Amino acid sequence: MTLGRVSLVVCVVLLAVAPLALSPFRLGLLAKYLCFAIVAVGIALAWGQGGMLTLGQGVFFGLGGYAMAMYLKLEEAGSAGLPDFMVWSGVEELPALWEPFGNPVFALAAVVLVPGLVAFLLGLLVFRQRVRGAYFAILSQALAAAFVILLVGQQGLTGGTNGMTNFTRFFGLDLSDPNGQRAVYAITALVLGLTFLVAKLLVRSRFGRLLVAVRDGEDRVRFLGYDPAVVKTITFTVSAVMAGLAGALFVPVVGIISPALLGIVPSLELLVGVAVGGRFVLAGAIAGAIAVNYAKTVFSEDFAEGWLYLQGGLFVLVLVFAPKGLAGVVESARLRWGRKPAEVVA
Amino acid sequence: MRSRTPRPRTFQRGLLALLLPALLATACVDEPGGAAGASGDEIKVGILHSLSGTMAISEVTVRDAELLAIEEINAKGGVLGKKVVPVTEDGASDWPTFAEKAQKLISQDKVATVFGGWTSASRKAMLPVFERNKALLWYPVQYEGLESSPYIFYTGATTNQQIVPALDYLASQGKKKMFLVGSDYVFPRTANKIIKAYAAAKGIEVLGEEYTPLGHTEYSTLVNKIADAKPDAVFNTLNGDSNVAFFKQLRGSGITPQTTPVVSVSVAEEEVKGIGPENVAGHLVAWNYYQTTTTPANDAFVKAFKAKYGADKVTSDPMEAGYNAVHLWAEAVKKAGTTEVEAVRKAAGGITIEAPEGTTTIDGENQHVAKTARIGLVQADGQIKEVWSSPGPIKPDPYLKSYDWAGGLG
Repeated sequence: MTLGRVSLVVCVVLLAVAPLALSPFRLGLLAKYLCFAIVAVGIALAWGQGGMLTLGQGVFFGLGGYAMAMYLKLEEAGSAGLPDFMVWSGVEELPALWEPFGNPVFALAAVVLVPGLVAFLLGLLVFRQRVRGAYFAILSQALAAAFVILLVGQQGLTGGTNGMTNFTRFFGLDLSDPNGQRAVYAITALVLGLTFLVAKLLVRSRFGRLLVAVRDGEDRVRFLGYDPAVVKTITFTVSAVMAGLAGALFVPVVGIISPALLGIVPSLELLVGVAVGGRFVLAGAIAGAIAVNYAKTVFSEDFAEGWLYLQGGLFVLVLVFAPKGLAGVVESARLRWGRKPAEVVA
Repeated sequence: MRSRTPRPRTFQRGLLALLLPALLATACVDEPGGAAGASGDEIKVGILHSLSGTMAISEVTVRDAELLAIEEINAKGGVLGKKVVPVTEDGASDWPTFAEKAQKLISQDKVATVFGGWTSASRKAMLPVFERNKALLWYPVQYEGLESSPYIFYTGATTNQQIVPALDYLASQGKKKMFLVGSDYVFPRTANKIIKAYAAAKGIEVLGEEYTPLGHTEYSTLVNKIADAKPDAVFNTLNGDSNVAFFKQLRGSGITPQTTPVVSVSVAEEEVKGIGPENVAGHLVAWNYYQTTTTPANDAFVKAFKAKYGADKVTSDPMEAGYNAVHLWAEAVKKAGTTEVEAVRKAAGGITIEAPEGTTTIDGENQHVAKTARIGLVQADGQIKEVWSSPGPIKPDPYLKSYDWAGGLG
């Protein structure tokens, strides 16, 4: 078995035994890291494979999260009642935008379709105009900033800065019950697995090779008769859908969705995980997202005063000594051992 | 392009260490055993404030006051003969982090209670965690009311102990036209909803209601609007840094406290220092405590605080409320004879201490405290002089049930 296979098996086994070994609190944290790992897979696709430095994944994460949160809030409020935050925001009637989210099928579809559609339209507009590189990065970041301002300003509709919190049930699962939490963890792990699989198939396909070609020489691809805008738009949409799914799972896992999770800084934090793990390798991005968020937990618990310096220091160290991230380290080690080099698209 | 190939042995180890650090390590750091809250001769309590991020500047001062109170209690032999040991966590000005750390304090450290929070958003994020775990939170900041969780004690003012008295004061001064300025989040919006209901009932005209994002620093447009509207008073619910820009630009435009006083409910001694006393002197603030409040307990509190943290430190209302929270909790535990949450809750009703702000009593029904309202005038030296106070402690009424004009709010 190759090293990659071995680590995959080890990972799956570890994820499978985690519910038995960890307390509900720690399991919840692990589930949270897995949510970020799902976003990381999308970022690795868009950034690592497609060369689109997306600094605004928080927007899609948020769209998925809010769609889910709206359904859960309505479910809790019952047929007549209003969600709690509307009551204290002075809203007396359910806004029209909220109406369809009472339907679980609609809400679940929205989790996937809304981020996908926004990314698709944005991608069409932006990539058609051949906006790329730093300009695309700045645009995506501005989108994240604007999204947060919109959410905060519409307190009656979105819960404002507070966001939405206090969820007790998730499709019949009791979120305060350890078994309910285990089930949510299992769903998250499963979605991560599926996301990874989809991304892997995409990367290995003809389309995946075309994507890498677009990254490395967009004009050449265009001269060959392909439309890079279409390739990029599709990839960007897929990565947005992944972020949306992660956001939707984040709601039952962590029990809150708020603008604080979606702005520029959290969007960058998502990127940091991918950079640390290695953006060119999907598994590296996952490991990076989990490792960075785990480090955040440990540092902040053990050094409540100065943990941000540790976190920052770790990031600098990795990027100085391993610019291609942890996955780059693995690849170098393989080369040194004299085995055949890892494929560029792992 | 390939990077230099590193030495293999190091990387063999590095690889193992780095591949799955999270999963492996998570499995290792699991809960230590131990009885809830009180084990052996120690009682663990959680302190959960933002030590990093935008709220750190405010919340660190509250943490300091809480640690001082714990030190005082321990110096007098602790609680139930046990030493109180604080476990500090960083909420990082991030609401989900508050929820996560609250859960960590409860399920891993097994603390007897938690003192923490500042923003309403952080409290709303922590509320389900405390209710789900049936654990206790002491929240030390004035807030927008309309809440009463059985697992939270609110030691800061609710609206009828701060905003309503401030409105009564303005009305008594003959102010008939008001302009509302606030940061865009739940406290200012809810506060303004209450102010508008009050104004409608008492014939006060609200000339404008403006919100700016947290951290906003460009106020010339807003100041112009105020200058055009010519209100008798401005009710200010801006939070944090925005106050610096707002007061500077207000002063720059020539609006003086004599013609248009600004009443602030989130500007205390600490913030006055940041804004620069010269920019805000002469304007009004509404709180329940000032460093200048004259009670024997306050003399001792200010002295002890300066001795511990430095002579240049100021004390403020939220700090005092945090300090009170620790003492109130200790008294409730002594009365209950245990740190067990339900027993402490039951014992807490009616607990009274002589706090720096005066007599402070826990209301057993809504778990808020009775507090004296005080209107203060900011002085040129940065201190705040009391110009009016309620005749005695005001009974907390978070849902404003005892006010006719507030019918539609709760």
